[in-house]
Amino acid sequence: MIRRRITVTRVILAIILLGGLVITVRRFALGLGAVTNLSDSTPWGLWVGFDVISGVALASGGFTMAFLAHISGDHQLRPLARPAILTALIGYLLVVMSLIYDLGLPWHMLNVVLNPNIHSVMFEVAWCVMLYTMVLFLEFLPSVFERFRAERWRRWLHAAAVPLYVLGIVLSTLHQSSLGSLYLIAPGKLHPLWYTEMLPLMFFLSALVIGMAMVMVEASLSARFLQHRLPMDALARLGQYLLFVVLLYVAFRVQDLTYRGVWDRVLDGSYESTFFVVENLLFLIALPILLHPGWRRRPATLISAGYLLVIAVVMHRLDVTFVGMRRATGAAYVPTLEEFWISLFLVTCGALVFGLAARTLPVFERGDGHAHDDAHADAGGAGRHRLA
Amino acid sequence: MHGCRHANDLPIPAPDATPPEELDGDNFTAVLPHEDDDAGTVYFRRLCMHCADPACVSACPVHALAKRDDGAVVYDRDLCIGCRYCFVACPFHVPTYTWTRTAPVVRKCFLCAHRLDAGQIPGCAAACPTGATVFGPRDVLLHLAREQIAAHPDRYVDHILGEHEAGGTDVLMIASIPFADLGIWTDVIERPLPELTWMVQEKIPYVIGTGGLLLGGLYWVINRRMRLGREGGEES
Repeated sequence: MIRRRITVTRVILAIILLGGLVITVRRFALGLGAVTNLSDSTPWGLWVGFDVISGVALASGGFTMAFLAHISGDHQLRPLARPAILTALIGYLLVVMSLIYDLGLPWHMLNVVLNPNIHSVMFEVAWCVMLYTMVLFLEFLPSVFERFRAERWRRWLHAAAVPLYVLGIVLSTLHQSSLGSLYLIAPGKLHPLWYTEMLPLMFFLSALVIGMAMVMVEASLSARFLQHRLPMDALARLGQYLLFVVLLYVAFRVQDLTYRGVWDRVLDGSYESTFFVVENLLFLIALPILLHPGWRRRPATLISAGYLLVIAVVMHRLDVTFVGMRRATGAAYVPTLEEFWISLFLVTCGALVFGLAARTLPVFERGDGHAHDDAHADAGGAGRHRLA
Repeated sequence: MHGCRHANDLPIPAPDATPPEELDGDNFTAVLPHEDDDAGTVYFRRLCMHCADPACVSACPVHALAKRDDGAVVYDRDLCIGCRYCFVACPFHVPTYTWTRTAPVVRKCFLCAHRLDAGQIPGCAAACPTGATVFGPRDVLLHLAREQIAAHPDRYVDHILGEHEAGGTDVLMIASIPFADLGIWTDVIERPLPELTWMVQEKIPYVIGTGGLLLGGLYWVINRRMRLGREGGEES
């Protein structure tokens, strides 16, 4: 089963991990200034913009799928829920890890619990991320109990499943939107294309979009790398829900630009407008793919729509953190190699843990997921979907 | 600037060193030149404005920043987690960070709170030989600023920076050219900034209450209908 061979992939992984460890030592021995390009004018860099603010969004498949599959009772989506919850759990653990890298005084972190300021949006984000990580752990625990046949424990936790899902969805609604609320306090700084009182709503809606889109991307990645069959029925169904939230997002975006009267800024050719147009075009390009029933059912097109939307929402987050703030702070920020490396390092750790958990725990549903039988062993994934 | 450095034990630069161009960990205040087309070289001061309702204090998740009754916005490094949300929140670009330290802290003007506690006035006002920087109760200073503007309409623009900006600040400034020409402080709105986030924050209990009930109710209704559907299916 476990083959110890030196492959190109493993060498690359080893380089990423070793480099990550070296930079980690440097980060904590020499301080933030030694490894990052952060400054008084760019206090939030790649680790906040990508690892935390985009990372929390990337992990939003957990609550989205919990809602669709378990609360609204769309049982067709059940096979997608467990992998999504595992991804979310790993994603949130990565967010906590990133915070330890990024906070100036991470060993004071407990003060958020001991001495909280309820007026701070950061308080809400911190509390929700903390509580939701625990909820995700409990939501995922049944897989572990199944693996070790702890039937009594599993049944006991099963009774708490629905309240846990509800709690997880409420906490997610709060902190996904508050990542947008963080910027409400900076009206003079964030460019008017992005600054709107609707920021919390836009962040929440885009979290729904990226949550579902990530489930599609992950399904295709697991199909390729873990030799799972692509649950195409469930994904096509998810495509319908995704279509709905993308439409909602675009509708609110149009309405917001109109209401605030900033359409002239969209096409004024400035640095900001370019990013804004590209960001929103990505949403618009994905729309026809999701609208067309044939394309929605075809893996290649549906998965590309998923990728497009993941990029679109991450770009939206980065635009708010960097592009939209640049004019006010007056400084251009380019992350250092070390900042990129740590982000890559953490994502790699997450992917490895996911792979390990997917191989050892019942994450993918039997029948739909497992394809370890020889017939599928080396055909290489994504094309072998089950058509309805 | 020297008064500030002495009062706060900041390093004293060599006499021939180039003056700072911005606030930093060793410069809680800076006197900066501005080349104006009409008025020539104009000097202005950068320092913490000590807002009446400070955005940074509301943004800090752990009460590491606090507003004192005497007006000073002070900082407690033992509470700070280093999230730097105060940097994002501050409309005047004031907080600075000791980025190169392994235990970095926020550095800014604290209105010489330690001197106020000892019954002294802030170092900058104590050191100023011309009365360009004065210290006193806010209403007295406002009155003084209005008097100066009225007495020298040719010398001052009729605008007291800090009277209304960000809901009012406890540091006030008057100048011979419009503040907008300096290129900073141009986008500061007049509303207290903490209101903008509190509008959202105050709704959290309702989101938890309604959200929880709505989701629970939704689950109950859907689950019940599916169960009835199954039972109905079995009977027929």
